[in-house]
Amino acid sequence: MGNPSLISIENLRFERDDTAVVSCDQLHVNVGEILQIEGPNGSGKTTLLRLLTTALQPQEGTILFCGKSIAECRFEYLSDILFIGHQSAVKLTLTAEENLAWMAESDLSSAASLRALESLGLAGYSDIPCYKLSAGQQRRVALARLLLSDARLWYLDEPFTAIDRDGVKLLERCMEDHVSSGGAVVVSTHQDLDVQDVRRYSVLGEPLLRAYS
Amino acid sequence: MRKYASNGFYAYLRRDLLQSHRRLGEAASPLIFFVMASTLVPLGITPDPASLAEIASGIIWVFALLATMLSVGGLFAGDYQDGSLEQLLISPQLLVMPVLGKVTAHWLITGLPLTLVSPLLGLMLSLPEAGYLPMTASLVLGTACLSLLGAVGAALTVSLQKGGMLLALIVMPLYMPVIIFGAATVQYGIDGLAWTAPLAILGAMLAAAIALCPLAIASVLRLTSIN
Amino acid sequence: MHVPASFLALAGYFLMAAAGAIGLIWKMKLSYMVMKAAAPIGAALTFLALFTGAVWGKPTWGSYWVWDARITSMLILLFLYFGVLALQYAFHNEEAGNKASAVLALVGTVNIPIIYKSVDWWYTLHQPSTIKLTSAPSMHPDMFQPLLLMILGFYCFYVVALCLFTRVEILRRERKTTWVGDLIGSSNNAVEGGK
Repeated sequence: MGNPSLISIENLRFERDDTAVVSCDQLHVNVGEILQIEGPNGSGKTTLLRLLTTALQPQEGTILFCGKSIAECRFEYLSDILFIGHQSAVKLTLTAEENLAWMAESDLSSAASLRALESLGLAGYSDIPCYKLSAGQQRRVALARLLLSDARLWYLDEPFTAIDRDGVKLLERCMEDHVSSGGAVVVSTHQDLDVQDVRRYSVLGEPLLRAYS
Repeated sequence: MRKYASNGFYAYLRRDLLQSHRRLGEAASPLIFFVMASTLVPLGITPDPASLAEIASGIIWVFALLATMLSVGGLFAGDYQDGSLEQLLISPQLLVMPVLGKVTAHWLITGLPLTLVSPLLGLMLSLPEAGYLPMTASLVLGTACLSLLGAVGAALTVSLQKGGMLLALIVMPLYMPVIIFGAATVQYGIDGLAWTAPLAILGAMLAAAIALCPLAIASVLRLTSIN
Repeated sequence: MHVPASFLALAGYFLMAAAGAIGLIWKMKLSYMVMKAAAPIGAALTFLALFTGAVWGKPTWGSYWVWDARITSMLILLFLYFGVLALQYAFHNEEAGNKASAVLALVGTVNIPIIYKSVDWWYTLHQPSTIKLTSAPSMHPDMFQPLLLMILGFYCFYVVALCLFTRVEILRRERKTTWVGDLIGSSNNAVEGGK
């Protein structure tokens, strides 16, 4: 391939108290790809995502973003990623709309956030404090960020937790739309993704992640 | 990048203020603690105005310190639990400005009300008249110092389940210069000395804390909060 | 015994903080181990200094404890040591504990002069000239020479204790590596291994 991958990992290694938690020799994410990270509990899926989002620093190895080390182009890289983790970062005392406005960190028009909430099935809930919403609805508030962000790379850690069947379909379609418009998705989940028309790269069964503990 | 840096400050300031506005009862508890604890002293020691006047400045300062210390533990705890701290760590903006915004919000919620209510306590504890202005002035500067220093401790203990007691252990030695100069300001005022001198030192400490503490907090959060 | 202990208590704190800084900047594992070893020794010495001071103070000045500037700042130093120790052990993850206590040690370093100065100042404010420890009459040579010897002896003791504690720490942390396995039996080389 001529162009460097959006993300390439080389010999990444992360240890905790002398035990390797993540050890990944080679991994590429290209534009237009959905990469599903699979593995048993405790195999380091979340840690790998945290390494990718720079929340954790690896002991060895590099992560390249468009061919440059992410330490060099930290600002460009972090502006171009969107991470949604186990914890949804939704503030329970704030309303759904306030949460989105705060998380987007920019001058978000309220019409845009209302539209995003509406398309996730939360029309009419936008001005209710989030502690009154159910777990799945809170999750949907967090996922509404996906529609509002212009980041090319999505990192989703178990995004389907607490989401109902319709929500899963909705999210899968979101991911398809995203990759077909020039983005890429790295998602860790145990579910089988029902996404079409994209090149799937499943790490299941490959010696990408090795659990030691 | 500059635009993001300033945005982070106001965004976090506004969000934290909004959050405590939604939970006024919780936000007011340091203030209530301050008032209630201070009223224990006359009950426990003596209601005699002359002896109370002697120790009033010390009492007010000690309980202002304790109230700040008890409340500062929650500064990053909520953000840590719901994952927004991790979001903050991976956002492209500089970490220092959001941290400063959060600490400012904390001071506006605890330090400022404590300062405003302190003349009332002075009245109840028969603080000599000359002590009111120095006390209010020293508390304004001093509580801001306490918030900043306490936030360092809060950042250090944020990923521990039972960090509350440890936080007190860590933060208390750091608080000692603040209480010395804070209480001295009031005492100087009562004794008719130039109380602006210790107040100026308090101001200098605050300036140093504003410069250094957010940096320390930012690096601590990066180093220890995500494992 | 009192004077060298308090000397070393303070010097030990700076050593610990310096080791922590080296660990944070250059990510050297060894310096964290030195830091971890320095903390309990320093705390013990601080306590020793306070204790001997109290024992000495009773017959000399007639009281076990006075709120003197030096005594108070030693007490605060002891609290700082406790804080570093407690923080170190509070983390399940060893590395996070190392980093956190290193930062705390550094913050404490910035604070020690401030604390010392403010306590000094506070002392002169509250109790003017009850006891002057600072301007003791120039010492008799008969006293001075043993004191120097004692200081030297304490420094030697400190170095040895630090090496021993660090050795234990190194062995504990590297217990999974092969060279530790090789060393068991010929433990003489362990100190060199740690250096």
